[in-house]
Amino acid sequence: MQGEELDLSAIVKDVQMRKSISVRKFWDTLFSFVALGFLILGLFVLLLLVFQLFVDGREKLASLGFYFSFPAPSAEEAGILSAWVGSIFVIMVTVLFSIPIGVAAGIYLEEYAKTSSSQFVRFLTDFIEINITNLAGVPSIVYGLLGLEIFKETLKLGNSVLTAGMTLGILVLPVIVVTTREALKSVPSALKEGSIAIGASKWQTIWDLILPASIGSILTGVIVSVSRAIGETAPLITVGALTFIAFLPPLPFSPRLEVNVDTGEAFQVGNYGPFDWLFSGYTVMPIQMFDWVGRPSPDFRVNAAAAGVVLVLMTLALNSAAIFLRIYFRKRIKW
Amino acid sequence: MELAQDQLGTQVKAQVKNFSFFYGSNKAIKDVDLEVLDCKVTSMIGPSGCGKTTLLRCFNRMHDLYPGTRYEGEILLESQNLLSLDPIEVRMRIGMVFQKPNPFPKSIFENIAYGLRIRGVKDKGVINERVERALRDAAIWDEVKDRLKDMAFNLSGGQQQRLCIARALATDPEILLFDEPTSALDPIATASIEELVIGLKGKVTILIVTHNMQQAVRISDYTAFMYLGELVEFDRTDVIFNNAAQQRTREYVSGQFG
Ligand SMILES: Nc1ncnc2c1ncn2[C@@H]1O[C@H](COP(=O)(O)OP(=O)(O)OP(=O)(O)O)[C@@H](O)[C@H]1O
Ligand SMILES: [Mg+2]
Repeated sequence: MQGEELDLSAIVKDVQMRKSISVRKFWDTLFSFVALGFLILGLFVLLLLVFQLFVDGREKLASLGFYFSFPAPSAEEAGILSAWVGSIFVIMVTVLFSIPIGVAAGIYLEEYAKTSSSQFVRFLTDFIEINITNLAGVPSIVYGLLGLEIFKETLKLGNSVLTAGMTLGILVLPVIVVTTREALKSVPSALKEGSIAIGASKWQTIWDLILPASIGSILTGVIVSVSRAIGETAPLITVGALTFIAFLPPLPFSPRLEVNVDTGEAFQVGNYGPFDWLFSGYTVMPIQMFDWVGRPSPDFRVNAAAAGVVLVLMTLALNSAAIFLRIYFRKRIKW
Repeated sequence: MELAQDQLGTQVKAQVKNFSFFYGSNKAIKDVDLEVLDCKVTSMIGPSGCGKTTLLRCFNRMHDLYPGTRYEGEILLESQNLLSLDPIEVRMRIGMVFQKPNPFPKSIFENIAYGLRIRGVKDKGVINERVERALRDAAIWDEVKDRLKDMAFNLSGGQQQRLCIARALATDPEILLFDEPTSALDPIATASIEELVIGLKGKVTILIVTHNMQQAVRISDYTAFMYLGELVEFDRTDVIFNNAAQQRTREYVSGQFG
């Protein structure tokens, strides 16, 4: 080595260098504070919003009657019973409709089509992949139009829980397909090969190993997308959700009542079938809110605010479930 | 390749005949002929990228999992061409142990039992007995017999690899394929696995890829030397290492390249 050679160790010890290190450290710290500041700002605005809702709606939130009354002409008496029950029924249909289809599609695309020996199938898979990713970004009202056309007009399902649930179902379907594929992708191929190598079929490998290993991530994706669907308003207005509903979808096998026109008395005329609730009219939380916000009387704002808090809590509950499931399943899986 | 006379009496378990393999248009295995003798240990050596793994994975049709691969020629398992059998049947008869231990995210017991379950074995007694025997054969029984319900990931790397060997043994394979099974292990774990392979001689046909020439000398009866996708030489291990016919083989085993 020559004397003129760059001596890095000497440079580090140099005073100038020390200074430059502290300058760089300063920028480091500054940047982390700026980032933290924006984070807090974002969270703060959000929290403020929820807090505002809470303050506005506190009286309603404190009264049990609010949760167990139907909407009424006076803000005093109006409650969210039909809305939260409707939301739960609709989301149930969404879940039952979109999970099997979305997860199956994800499994097919990731585990079968992608490794198909037919070049055409593989090309088709790439094509579908691009489109599904795009579909996930399509505005929700467009799905409303789709639901209107397919479920309401073509299949004649009417203004029903079924129409609403399936419309939200196709809304979340792309996200479920994409998250399922991502979850399956994260399973190491060494695991698949290990199972295939002792003679398992593809389906046995998927069912016994790949799905158990990825179910946590799949469920997380599903729940997060469903919790988004619970707050969707536009597509349900498009498919004709009602805003004023003073009844609940009939529970399976509950007594079916009819009112005698002359006496005004109710009498039982049999029982509801197991699927009648699917064809019932409905309303959901965000639509109930939307309706109340639009009323001229400011009294209804209080109801809307209280309903908003309940909706946020419902979403929060679903997201916590997602976090819980993720932790629960991750704990059991290590690579 | 012709083998010397002293193999009379040992049977050929598998015969690779005029065999080539392609990744797309890349011919990774070139016109290989090879005889794998029954209940012997055959090792495959050669410089990195010469196609050892590729050839090994042809024996249990692992390449079928990936599109764009193609086999040409024959690999006879006894007298059937395994390239025209159902790949699942082939894998039921030919087990494999990978370079990196890959236990299933299940309990130790279930790792071994899984191969039996997919073969439709339901009898608990049979499964218990088979699991114990496989774990004993893989020399890991004493270490795990009190913790069969533990997750397999809680084992050390060497234990995991022996577990994977037990998993492959549990289903009584006719041939066992090993792809550098000790390359991720420390010397002690390596020694225990080598001992295990030697112990399996006479019970099962073993085909093992190794980068470690001392290992090939220690454990194998026959050695195949591959270079650039071709089989350069195949003979008894002592011949390959002391008295090879080909110049290239002599250079490789003496460490002059590779
Ligand atoms: N999936 C693949 N697709 C395309 N080419 C591949 C693939 N796997 C391996 N090859 C090529 O095939 C040749 C043989 O690879 P192989 O993995 O069989 O070598 P190897 O002898 O096992 O090497 P090593 O000792 O490093 O493990 C190499 O040239 C490699 O680049
Ligand atoms: Mg290799």
